[in-house]
Amino acid sequence: MTTCTECGADVTLHDDAEVGEIVDCATCGTELEVTDVSPPVLARAPELAEDWGE
Amino acid sequence: MQVGILYSRIRKDEKLLLDELRERGHDVTKVDVRDHGFGLDDTDAPLADCDVVVDRCLATSRSVYLTRFCESYDIRGSEVTAGSSDERSESGGVPVVNSAETAAVCADKAKTSLALADAGVPTPDTTVAFTTDSALDAIESYGYPCVLKPVVGSWGRLMAKIESKSAAEAILEHKATLGHYEHSVFYVQEFVPKPDRDIRVVAVDGEPVAAMTRSGDHWLTNAAKGSETAAFGIDDEVADLVAAASDAVGGGLLGIDLMETGDGYTVHEVNHTVEFKALDEATDVDVPAAVADWLETKAATQVEVTA
Repeated sequence: MTTCTECGADVTLHDDAEVGEIVDCATCGTELEVTDVSPPVLARAPELAEDWGE
Repeated sequence: MQVGILYSRIRKDEKLLLDELRERGHDVTKVDVRDHGFGLDDTDAPLADCDVVVDRCLATSRSVYLTRFCESYDIRGSEVTAGSSDERSESGGVPVVNSAETAAVCADKAKTSLALADAGVPTPDTTVAFTTDSALDAIESYGYPCVLKPVVGSWGRLMAKIESKSAAEAILEHKATLGHYEHSVFYVQEFVPKPDRDIRVVAVDGEPVAAMTRSGDHWLTNAAKGSETAAFGIDDEVADLVAAASDAVGGGLLGIDLMETGDGYTVHEVNHTVEFKALDEATDVDVPAAVADWLETKAATQVEVTA
């Protein structure tokens, strides 16, 4: 369990969460990036860029 | 083997690959490329011990530059006879997949079109123009509808199916005025009246792993647009086209997109950091396992080359 950096709501990560993975805050909808897993730390995810994706 | 994964976002595709590699007992070094610098002679990224480095950068710009830097370190390393990771560490050798050549070609739709055409692979008729006037001339020559795409872009974004001259004029003005400089390279393409689907084939060095159709009512049928996916049986014609398209762009782990024209196929896109989660779900093929098999082969080949 950790905390959304935007709204402060509790966010529960899956057991297999990876650093670099993106999760959504169920409360405010913000995209959050997992920056550490032990203990879990979240940061606001980078914005989608024009050249992202395949 | 020691596998380096260059990334800046872990998608489900990367998680599938990480799980597969770890289950096989391989050591995985995740390298968040945002945290490192890549110098002319070396990098602080922990790549030197890797038997193979996999570029999984979401951002095309990062793929294009990082693969080039990794290969430059590899060139220096090739001067040293290196059969083990430790020896390659001393020499700095870093084999990277996909290659810088493949990334550079696939990152740019104009380069991809040229490569496919040069190789004789059927691909939609395309014209590149550099002013709104010449782009409008190209559009008028194709007639309506036709297609305008960014040379760099993905997930079906900023693609325009142009139905009229007035729409063409508006879109061209918007692109020239509001877009990134790359949007002043106008990539105009004939509209291919495909059925309500296209075909995605994932291949490793031209050998198909699996294929699926992507269907939808919209003219864009990218999986990222929410299209329905279904397994597609690869026939000899598709296999031959996939092999030729892969060779044309430099090979590697690729997602090759084809459209059915009624009397054959046309290859409209080749993706070099291919997302495969949708294909993995749509088919019985274990796609991450096939990718891991291929990486093991690449790493083994590298050892043979440098031994």
